[in-house]
Amino acid sequence: MKKIEVLGSGCANCVRLAANAKEAAAMAGVEVEIVKVTDYGEIMAYGIMSTPGLVVDGKVVSYGRVPSASDIVPWISE
Amino acid sequence: MTTLRLSLGRRVQPPLKLTVAVSVVAWLVAWFVEAPLSDWLTFSFFGLERGSHFGEAIGFFLLDVPKVLLLLVGIITVVTLIRGFFPPEKVRAALAGRGLMTGTVAAASFGIVTPFCSCSAVPLFIGFVEAGIPLGVTFAFLISSPMVNEVALVLLWGLFGPAIALVYMAAGLTVAIVGGLVIGKLRMERYVEAYVWALQGKGGATIEIHLTWEDRIHDAWAYTKDLVRRILPYLMIGIGIGALIHGYAPTDLVAAIGGRSNPFAVPIVVLIAIPLYSNAAGTIPIVQALLGKGLPMGTTLAFMMAITAISLPEFIILRRVIKWPLIAVFATVVTIGVLFVGYLFNFLIV
Repeated sequence: MKKIEVLGSGCANCVRLAANAKEAAAMAGVEVEIVKVTDYGEIMAYGIMSTPGLVVDGKVVSYGRVPSASDIVPWISE
Repeated sequence: MTTLRLSLGRRVQPPLKLTVAVSVVAWLVAWFVEAPLSDWLTFSFFGLERGSHFGEAIGFFLLDVPKVLLLLVGIITVVTLIRGFFPPEKVRAALAGRGLMTGTVAAASFGIVTPFCSCSAVPLFIGFVEAGIPLGVTFAFLISSPMVNEVALVLLWGLFGPAIALVYMAAGLTVAIVGGLVIGKLRMERYVEAYVWALQGKGGATIEIHLTWEDRIHDAWAYTKDLVRRILPYLMIGIGIGALIHGYAPTDLVAAIGGRSNPFAVPIVVLIAIPLYSNAAGTIPIVQALLGKGLPMGTTLAFMMAITAISLPEFIILRRVIKWPLIAVFATVVTIGVLFVGYLFNFLIV
């Protein structure tokens, strides 16, 4: 079970990113838990300022853009 | 520092290079064909009379809509591609530990290339403060980033020419630098919310992520499509109003209200601009028509700047990190800067 965190204050892009992550999990057949992190302090702790950010098992894999579901698949399948 | 390779698997058909080449050629052809085509449509195909109110209005509309669309799509894609190389995380790293003067000038300059929307003002502010960047330097960035934005620059360049676009940029940078220095001098650190200071030094190391050209072009195109779709309605309305002014408004009227003889013209247009925030795309065609009808350059510039830089939503959002007195100082400094630019250019360009 992978833990996916979506970092962002709840803007449209964050919602899209969370949807893409969900789709990617279905594509890869990986069981995931998607958590939205909206607290700025917690977001900053990952060293990013441009949201949305994507974190897989505590590791930042993307920020400042909305990767597509097929982009996300390899990050969660590793 | 961890390095990640981001591009995996996705290969777009047909090949990227071909798609880019075809798009560039199509854009150039459209750009050169656009003006004669709209002229022919208006005055030959529709048979409207040159110089008539209706003919001039329709001509303005048919000329401006495709022109502005082409400009937006072409140049925003390129600008987005370029600024993909300057994410705020990199800007922050470049600004941390600089001297006050260098830092302020650099922050204002970075504001030109960095993306900004009021939704990112808060994380940006916290991120800068957290890295120990002085308040004045942070504000220089917060002023310049929305004011010297790509939509305004592109439209000014395309509709008014490079000279005015560059003048706008220089004036915007000056307001940002002076504003940043003033705010820095006022020592307003105590008006920053305490929790922001508590975060100082707690941020994680920034992870560098490598994107391929394919990723970058893909992102830039997605961003451009999204942006153009969002501003298109405002743009059409703006060009429509611009067309009406171009065809029907008497020159005397514009000159009487907004002209040099009215000393309050600059503050009046600034007031009008405040609720127009984020509608730069829709306003510029109106401004273009007004300028053609004799609105002085300084007044025009002040209007443009007030639209992009004085944004109530941004001020309200910033309340999450700073207290009202500092927001008031921020708003005042920007407003004075805009007014100053307006009067200065009215005085300089006769």
